[in-house]
Amino acid sequence: MYYQLLEGAQVLLKNSDHLKDSYNWERYMTLKTALKTSTAALLLMGGTQAFADAHATHPTTGETLASDQTFIYRDLDESPSIDPGVAEDSAGGDILRDLFEGLMNQAPDGSLIPGVATGFTVSDDNLVYTFTLRDNAKWSNGDTVTAGDFEYAWKRAASPELASPYSWYIELMSLENASAVIAGEMGTDTLGVSALDDTTLEVRLTQPLPYFAQMVTHFTTFPVPQSAIEAHGDDWTKPGNMVSNGAYMLTEHVPQEKLVRERNVNYWDNDNTIIDKTVSLIINDENVALTRYLAGELDRTDVPAGQYPSLSEQYPAETMSVPLSCSYYYTVNMTDTTNPALLDANVRKALSLAVDRDIIVNNVLAGGQAAAYTFTHWATAGFETPDIPMASMTQAERNEMAKSLMADAGYGSDNPLSLDLIYNTSESHKSIAVAISQMWKQTLGVTTGLDNQEWQTFLETRGNQDYQIARAGWCADYNEASTFLDLMQSDSGYNDAQYTNAEVDALLAEAKTSNNPQANYDRVEELVAIDTPIIPIYHYAAVKMLDDDVMGWPRENFQQNWYSKDLYKVAGE
Amino acid sequence: MFSFVARRLAVAVPTLLILVVISFVLMYAAPGGPFNSERPLPPEVLANIEAKYGLDDPFWRQIVNYVVGVVTQFDFGPSFQYKSRSVNDIIAQGFPVTLTIGFWSFVVAMTAGVSLGIAAAIKQNSWLDYLAVGISIGAQVLPNFVMAPILLLTFTLWLGWLPGGGWNGGQWQHLIMPVVALSTSYMASIARITRSSMLEVLNTNFIRTAQAKGLPMRRVIWKHAMKPAMLPVLSYLGPAFVGMITGSVVIDSFFSTGGIGTFFVNSAFNRDYSVMMGITILVGALTIVFNLLVDVLYAWIDPKIRY
Repeated sequence: MYYQLLEGAQVLLKNSDHLKDSYNWERYMTLKTALKTSTAALLLMGGTQAFADAHATHPTTGETLASDQTFIYRDLDESPSIDPGVAEDSAGGDILRDLFEGLMNQAPDGSLIPGVATGFTVSDDNLVYTFTLRDNAKWSNGDTVTAGDFEYAWKRAASPELASPYSWYIELMSLENASAVIAGEMGTDTLGVSALDDTTLEVRLTQPLPYFAQMVTHFTTFPVPQSAIEAHGDDWTKPGNMVSNGAYMLTEHVPQEKLVRERNVNYWDNDNTIIDKTVSLIINDENVALTRYLAGELDRTDVPAGQYPSLSEQYPAETMSVPLSCSYYYTVNMTDTTNPALLDANVRKALSLAVDRDIIVNNVLAGGQAAAYTFTHWATAGFETPDIPMASMTQAERNEMAKSLMADAGYGSDNPLSLDLIYNTSESHKSIAVAISQMWKQTLGVTTGLDNQEWQTFLETRGNQDYQIARAGWCADYNEASTFLDLMQSDSGYNDAQYTNAEVDALLAEAKTSNNPQANYDRVEELVAIDTPIIPIYHYAAVKMLDDDVMGWPRENFQQNWYSKDLYKVAGE
Repeated sequence: MFSFVARRLAVAVPTLLILVVISFVLMYAAPGGPFNSERPLPPEVLANIEAKYGLDDPFWRQIVNYVVGVVTQFDFGPSFQYKSRSVNDIIAQGFPVTLTIGFWSFVVAMTAGVSLGIAAAIKQNSWLDYLAVGISIGAQVLPNFVMAPILLLTFTLWLGWLPGGGWNGGQWQHLIMPVVALSTSYMASIARITRSSMLEVLNTNFIRTAQAKGLPMRRVIWKHAMKPAMLPVLSYLGPAFVGMITGSVVIDSFFSTGGIGTFFVNSAFNRDYSVMMGITILVGALTIVFNLLVDVLYAWIDPKIRY
């Protein structure tokens, strides 16, 4: 769901491709360097010079730091909200991780490090977590951050009055009484979180979750300032009203144009923060953003689909492709509203086998994505990709097997199969759908009708099982395999295939409380490969341009959760 | 004249009302809703949200509440997409931006277009005429979504003279490219209309009379030919001005100006009903006002027209 905006938003303008192709990259590179200083000065009104001089060299690496520590990056679209309790998209998450700080943070490699909490203890039954908070954590107005601020924030996020679209996250954390509180059946005071004193927060769960500590790095669990919220109501997230406890504070926000956050001098670890100011600019069109990046206006932007090979050749030091915690797949309708042929597991499996993933990732996407034979992303923490037979076959072998499965099912040249495939409007979804329908045609003789739908229409069609085969994408909520595999549960609200397999349900239920659930995950992936309710296609990569003077980017962080406080800019040679 | 204006304004009210009702119905008829996403919300969460925004009321009550809110308190409701922002907030922030770009585009298109058209008409079939016609045809085939990338590449990437987007409170550097991109094709149309209308006027008897009296050409043009030649231009300007406001849909998004254009398009994709309604009403009202304004100007310029 993180990428719903990315997937759903329609790029308004198709920047003319012929203009793009005629770029003289070499020339821009020199221009870019030359322009960098002047453009930055033009863009940034009233820049800050505070602290810049204090950090002539990096405290640990000794690198010479740039005098202007301003980081400017592109966002696709305005975030629906920057209230931690209400926010719902990953771009909003990037902003909130700068403005607020939760109990725990993620290190650049994605591992867990202390945030406001210095540590935690877990009860023997793994149901009660007790977090100890540091006593020097401060709000931007100088007040101390207390356990009560967390208790207030979590109860607020779950409350029916706030009606947050992300209140399900509190349910996902399995807090005691979460569902009843959200449904309004019990008061928020019964929610399983309490401040025992100013620096001790107790959390009570209904089931042990091995990855619970990972979950408190998420923005829904960030503390919020009760006094500011009560004083300003909905307006508390505006600059001037907002009180925050992160390394930065909100200084300017013009929706659909930009959002500026600057150093919070009250932050407990302010002395180790180097970036003074982070600016996110909303640029809808990724080609416009790339042009502005090349003109030196941005430090980071997205690589438009298909341009990674040429850009990485031109700018090897500035292009980046790292694993990102999402999977791209086709879901197959397994209810009686589908094409009857798809109720046959052989047909579904033949369709999956006939997809040549290498062509998709190497020729269609060409951005460092990985071919997928399992639903769970290969880079998920603690997950060993199981040995799915299909994965180790050659494509020729897969095609042979697909043909024979299809023949067994009674389809062939004498009885050709026709299918419908839907996807939401987007150039890259279209390219993939066209390529796959060709593969099905050539290998299996299957004719595929392609139907693109506008995002909201698409969601409704797919959610009502009014389709045969549909595109889908899923991003991890936390870095553990169950965030993907839980979709295969019969009663999952996101199981658009309406797949039911009692063994899968039992294995996943058992995995929840197991200390080593890998065997269960292996078996679930095997069963999914056999039953083929979904056709995994590729595992995402974050494909970005990042200016080579920006250091500290968390390339190893699988969810690409970054914090401005971990970045710094080095001086150019 | 007064009764004409009063009558037109009186008709505007039911017109807007019909606009509201039809847009409301069409919007709700579209599949999907403001709170659908890749991850469908659990029913209890969805119920809370629908209750908060009054979406659990019957359809007729929603529409009545909406109209009452708009009419009595000028309240266009909360945005469904941008939580904690109201439609009034969004319009208050975005409309001045869009209006600024629209106004300057209008001034540029009008000044350049009319000058070009007159020059071409006076020097018909000279190199100046061919140049003017050439420019206006060239500009006409360059819609704003083609102009914008060309400008961006030229002035931001190659020359590095202008910032590639943003608004920065309306600094002039940020204004140039959006205004040029938006005004070009309107300028071309205005130039062509002015030229042909001016040519027509210059061939009429009263102009010949004026010339026969021995008046200098400059005086003939300004004093006698200008007013009647402007009539067709004028009827084009009303829709053109509204077109420049709504045309900023592309420009606002391309140059990240923060104008209402981006909000308008996104509201349609996100099914942000209230924002979509608010901006639709705004544009509808503007269209009515400008058409009225044009009609009034018409009567002022052309004594033959009386209402």
